[in-house]
Amino acid sequence: MERLEYEFAAGQPARGRTVSGVVSSGDLEVLLEPAGAGRTTIAVQTSVDGYGATWQALLARVFGAGDLPAARIEINDNGATPGVVRMRIEQAYEQVNETGGGA
Amino acid sequence: MNIDELLQRDSFIERGARARAQALLDPGTCRELAGPFERLHSPWLAMQQLVTQADDGVVVAKGLLGGRPTVVLAIEGAFQGGSMGEIGGAKIAGALELAVRDNERGVPTQAVIVFETGGVRLQEANLGLAAIADIQSGIVALRRYRPVVGVSAGTVGCYGGMSIAAGLCSYFIMTREARLGLNGPQVIEQEAGVAEFDARQRGLIWSLTGGEQRVATHLADACVDDDTAAVRAAVADCFARGVPPVHRSDRAADFLACLAQVDTTQQATPDDVRRLYGKGLA
Repeated sequence: MERLEYEFAAGQPARGRTVSGVVSSGDLEVLLEPAGAGRTTIAVQTSVDGYGATWQALLARVFGAGDLPAARIEINDNGATPGVVRMRIEQAYEQVNETGGGA
Repeated sequence: MNIDELLQRDSFIERGARARAQALLDPGTCRELAGPFERLHSPWLAMQQLVTQADDGVVVAKGLLGGRPTVVLAIEGAFQGGSMGEIGGAKIAGALELAVRDNERGVPTQAVIVFETGGVRLQEANLGLAAIADIQSGIVALRRYRPVVGVSAGTVGCYGGMSIAAGLCSYFIMTREARLGLNGPQVIEQEAGVAEFDARQRGLIWSLTGGEQRVATHLADACVDDDTAAVRAAVADCFARGVPPVHRSDRAADFLACLAQVDTTQQATPDDVRRLYGKGLA
């Protein structure tokens, strides 16, 4: 198991908090909470060691533009593929936009 | 179910624990307690280099069911096989104890437990076992006031110490896909040999421990389709029936008498078991 941390530029604070996904085999859990405007922090806990560069590349693709709402994100990953990681992050943002989170 | 019904239904099995809890409570009343943002991670899994989940695989949801105060305790079967560790177990036991306190003060809070669990979390050993004992005490204390309704939808099912907790519930609802047993098939095969129980034979497993068989042998009360509305209606029906005059666990002697009559020299068929239990427990 490995713990990784990332930081990206962001927009206004997210509108609520939410959780998407489950820590099951090949899946992950994304917890998203509002953070101060301009900065998103991501703390990753992953079962697969040695993939820091892959996480960096994936997260840069999602957050690199710096226009997503600012959030404190916690990811608990049990061996999800990059595609699944991206979809769970997008799902979390979608849930916050639809319902203001509610979790 | 025909094809149209299968396409129209809202599967309960496919829902995660949180979505199951929300679906069982009246719309707009669900409030999660000790939720993921409290970050009650298992300290023990992390020490063993295993990834934790922020709610430790248990969702505690308070709300109304048919207008009555209800707490739903839903176990997430996809996280660590729904295993019961210190934190997840304490969440269930604590919620049951609070429901008991409500009843003592005249608030008739009732509980639904959604079992999707292989039993104790081996990585947390005695702490998990102690938590399961607390859950069992909580069920017995609460069922004096209001029914405690257990649901196992599958596909993990309900095993180990938590199957004893299931046996203590006032009512137990299953789908055909769910399984209920003290030891899981692989454990039986490992301990007693493949001649005793072949864990690869899915037909054998479900015919002896699946929802239909467990209802036919009085170890569960209702076998419903994998449809959220059907599960919810079955739960509401159990609460409407009220506290049963005799709980299943009060009939332990009757079950033991049936068990004593099983001919262990040959493999029991599902029909043998139904006949025996049907006679002894009618």
